Amino acid sequence: MTLLEVKNLNCYFGGLQAVADVSFNVDEGMIKAVIGPNGAGKTTLFNLIAGNTIPNSGTITFQHEAIHKLSPHEIAGRGMSRTFQNIKLFRGMSALENVMVGCHIRSRAGFLASMLKLPWTRKEEKKIWENSLELLEFVGIAEYRDVDAHSLSFGQQRAVEMARALATKPSLLLLDEPAAGLNTHETLEIAKLITKIRDLGITVLLVEHDMSLVMDISEEIVVLSFGQKIAEDTPPAIQKNKQVIQIYLGEDDA
Amino acid sequence: MSTKNIFHLAALAALVILVQMGTAWTETGYYLTQLTMIAYYSLLIIGLCMLMGYAGQISLGHAGFFGIGGYISAALTSHNFAPYQSNPFVNFLISNGLLVGRTDLYGETLLSFHPWPACIIAISFTFITAFIIGIPVLKLKGHYLAMATLGFGIIIYRVVLATEAFGEADGLSEVPGFELLPGLVVSGDFDARIENYYIAWGFVLLGIVLLLNLTNSRVGRALRAIHGSEEAAQAMGVNTARYKLYIFVLSAVFAALAGVFLTHYNGGVGPSETGIMKSVRYVAIVSIGGMANIWGPLIMGVILNFMSLRGLLGSYDDVVFGVILILVMLFAPHGILRLNVWSRLRLFFFPTPAKSSPLKENQ
Repeated sequence: MTLLEVKNLNCYFGGLQAVADVSFNVDEGMIKAVIGPNGAGKTTLFNLIAGNTIPNSGTITFQHEAIHKLSPHEIAGRGMSRTFQNIKLFRGMSALENVMVGCHIRSRAGFLASMLKLPWTRKEEKKIWENSLELLEFVGIAEYRDVDAHSLSFGQQRAVEMARALATKPSLLLLDEPAAGLNTHETLEIAKLITKIRDLGITVLLVEHDMSLVMDISEEIVVLSFGQKIAEDTPPAIQKNKQVIQIYLGEDDA
Repeated sequence: MSTKNIFHLAALAALVILVQMGTAWTETGYYLTQLTMIAYYSLLIIGLCMLMGYAGQISLGHAGFFGIGGYISAALTSHNFAPYQSNPFVNFLISNGLLVGRTDLYGETLLSFHPWPACIIAISFTFITAFIIGIPVLKLKGHYLAMATLGFGIIIYRVVLATEAFGEADGLSEVPGFELLPGLVVSGDFDARIENYYIAWGFVLLGIVLLLNLTNSRVGRALRAIHGSEEAAQAMGVNTARYKLYIFVLSAVFAALAGVFLTHYNGGVGPSETGIMKSVRYVAIVSIGGMANIWGPLIMGVILNFMSLRGLLGSYDDVVFGVILILVMLFAPHGILRLNVWSRLRLFFFPTPAKSSPLKENQ
């Protein structure tokens, strides 16, 4: 079953073609990775899918619905969530509160109901609180729930971001370089976590630099170079792909 | 509501009562007049604090909303509609009890709006204005937003100055009291001074309860999230444009309510209440109070407004607020109540770093 379908996607910034005619599918329940050298257009591709950037042409279909013209919050409401390469946690809020924001679209208390603290909002709040705590436990940092999210370590902040994204109850999770800035041990932890998330039935699409992580956990890989898709295959096949080796290691003159 | 908040609210209520008892004991009841006015200004300040501190948006036009509330309520309750009695619409208003007769100072009978419908009309008008202004303006950020709201404030100020129905440069006077409930009137009546002091602070307490509820809710978290990272808030499904608009409208309504009540309390309203310097003053108070906390701006608002209203700042009134704004932005962008004076002093005298949380080591 295809969950996400990217078709003939194009995106220009002035004269630069950041994404050139890229097409691929993400099937339900898999971990798929997008790799490529710096400036290959990976993050742009992510921003296009999440609705932060509008494509110049092409379509993005999520759960059989075209989403490339929707705004990020509408896309989030349809069950797609994301993390950011340069972690974007909410300043001045605890780890738990950050995750609680993630429950936003799955709850409904508005301005008036919140100000008057109507009885049903208390129940909803309690559910949000329990749910968020559960997610912090899931990512393994429940003990830091009351700590200001910004004073956590880098790896812990990543975990909070993942818990926050999971709180939206997504069917597709986009991870933008989840291992960036992490040490080997932390990368291993994140890899385990991503597999755990997949086992919950959540499809994962990630952009990553760290080859070991990508090769270990992903089932399919899309390789981008200068905005174009040059390969799409399983990890072992990608490792043997001549063109991929070329763009990563340079020309082979021998 | 957390026990901490309940404690703060109880402390405020106790302080309000103690101050009144203190003035009665020392026979300085005249202070209550300023303290009542301060309460109404506080209503505006806590509303603005929600917009600035929680949602991270600025408005240099809130004196405009204050003015809209005050002026509309004043105009409707003080204008004499008797000459228009033949007009079917006016007649309709009379038969529904929205227009009521009263006698003015000179014994003449006037026909004007009852304060309740006047207040509702004023607040509705503010609501709609804030909505219409907010939709385009809140697309702007930072100093562009500040300038746009400043423009709005200037418009209101000039409109008030140029409109005959609003008394032009003289403003409106002889505004009657606002009978909230039978026997409970917001007015500057000498005999009702103590009563009015309690009414005003009652409104402030009610306002604080409502806003504290809001901050500790799903909506409050979404607003703080917008402040923290708009992009991430959107990715969590928060409709940031809508939330910014709603909190803008809410804070405008708080400002307008403050305008309505203070106008009835003072028995009049003048153009200076809608001026730019008033807006700057409110922003300065919220900034020095520390924005992201309702109590800081409330405390600083009481202190500074008290000094200003008692004339302690002399002719340099507005200068003081301008200077405050500059100093706060330079040295204490989180407000002076959050300067952590003690830990700074300790660091100064005992330069060993305080034991930090082990979590910070990795940063």
